[in-house]
Amino acid sequence: MAGEATVINVAARTSLWLQPHRIVLILIALALVLGAAFFMRWDWLPQYYEMGLLGIWRSLWILAVTCFLGFLLAVPLGLAQAAGPFWFSAPAKAFCTVIRGTPLLIQLWLLYYGLGSLFPQYPWIRESWMWPYLRQAWPYGVLALTLSFAGYEGEVMRGAFAGVPKGQLEAARAFGMSRWKIFRRIWLPQAIYRALPTLTGETVLQLKSTPLVATISVIDIFAVSSKVRQDTYLTYEPLLLLALIYMAITGILVFAFSRIEARIPNKIG
Amino acid sequence: MVSSRPVHASLLLAETSSSPGASHLGAKLIEALLPASAAGIIELLSPVPPGWGGTLLLGLLHSIEIAVGATCVGLLIGTCGAYGKLYGGPVVRDLLAVYTTVVRAVPELVLILLLYYAGTDLINQLLTAMGYQRIDISGLAAGIAVLGFVQGAYSTEVIRGAILAIPQGQIEAARAYGMSPGLLLRRITLPAMLPFAIPGLANLWLIATKDTALLAVVGFFELALATRQAAGVTKAYFTFYVAAGALYLMLSLFSNLILGRIEAWSRRGMPSIKEAR
Repeated sequence: MAGEATVINVAARTSLWLQPHRIVLILIALALVLGAAFFMRWDWLPQYYEMGLLGIWRSLWILAVTCFLGFLLAVPLGLAQAAGPFWFSAPAKAFCTVIRGTPLLIQLWLLYYGLGSLFPQYPWIRESWMWPYLRQAWPYGVLALTLSFAGYEGEVMRGAFAGVPKGQLEAARAFGMSRWKIFRRIWLPQAIYRALPTLTGETVLQLKSTPLVATISVIDIFAVSSKVRQDTYLTYEPLLLLALIYMAITGILVFAFSRIEARIPNKIG
Repeated sequence: MVSSRPVHASLLLAETSSSPGASHLGAKLIEALLPASAAGIIELLSPVPPGWGGTLLLGLLHSIEIAVGATCVGLLIGTCGAYGKLYGGPVVRDLLAVYTTVVRAVPELVLILLLYYAGTDLINQLLTAMGYQRIDISGLAAGIAVLGFVQGAYSTEVIRGAILAIPQGQIEAARAYGMSPGLLLRRITLPAMLPFAIPGLANLWLIATKDTALLAVVGFFELALATRQAAGVTKAYFTFYVAAGALYLMLSLFSNLILGRIEAWSRRGMPSIKEAR
């Protein structure tokens, strides 16, 4: 019975959504896609197929790693700004202001070209275990994207920490919880619940920032499409496919986050 | 031209610090951070020709021009888009939904490349079809058009939300007075939505100033490209990227100051946000 009801419900919603003008629009879109498939050149696809998959994999890795590390960094940044004493909150605020006030491209180039050109001058850096990594491009890309995410999300976490009602923390203290336990059990989870809706947007923004690492010679999916353009002298095909790939990833991200958000009680505070 | 004088820096540091080991390390740090020493940096950044300061400032000017133009185009598209989304027919609404969704889901860098090539190609094909010569589209106009198109999608959403936040009675009252749609827009909707839209639009302006840096990738001359040229020629990468970052930061902080004033002005006569809570 319940299953039947859902089927009817879904059917009703579909028929509401699928109005006549939408069917026409979908047909036009299909015609455009088919036209692109038949009248544009796609013979390069088999040759670059594996490279493209590797590029997508790299982009996703960079996205996941930088979001994770950036969020870990954003928690102390937000906490320092929301509740820290002056000598903690002022540097944290300055960091967030600088990161949010300058373009990511400049931060990336400053780290890669600027810092990267300074490192070889130290013999002890050249002899250390870090040197093989510091000579590659991706650590700079990951560092720049991590700092950028931390800067933007740190500001969000500041608001989230400050927004947790005082009564919650007072009640926890009245229960005799230690400061660490209050933070771990009460303050942090509630702050994360509050920050979660913005986290979707920030992650999508971060995804849209990842192609910038191609400017410092990291081979992500954007760099692969640039290589295809250089090799085949095609302008539109690689770019259109690239846009489609990014839209698909964005769609998956938004869907995944909406599932996570649905699991979290929406009445808080 | 670029004379490195590390002696000054190391001497200064050796005098001020007490332990010899620390002074050595500190001197090396200073040497590394300032490859061309303080005097060299001033020489590098001076606005007259041997220095590159003038080039950077010209780049900053171009960045601001593009950002202002793109924001204006974006506001125009955004206002029309918001009206279309709120009051347009079903087809207009769906097309606008596709526009805002696609633009917000694809990286700006990809959009800039796509729109730049597609836009110049389209204009030139139209011109040749009509029997005119092909033209070179100026970087400024193309940059403004491309960034404006991107900004338009974001401002559509901001302005749509702001119009929805206006108490409905105000618009109904204006209609009851017999105002024409144009007069209604000018006298009621635009002024009444401003306090709700300004914070979002201010954010968009800051994004626009930072997005101009992306145009360096397609070869427009603005601050990021000017910095890249200066750093490439002089090899003082660190100095120039820090200088460019400082210029962008100053632009952002100055914008924040002005935007705060504008927000206060647009909210005049309304209870402050703190009191409203």
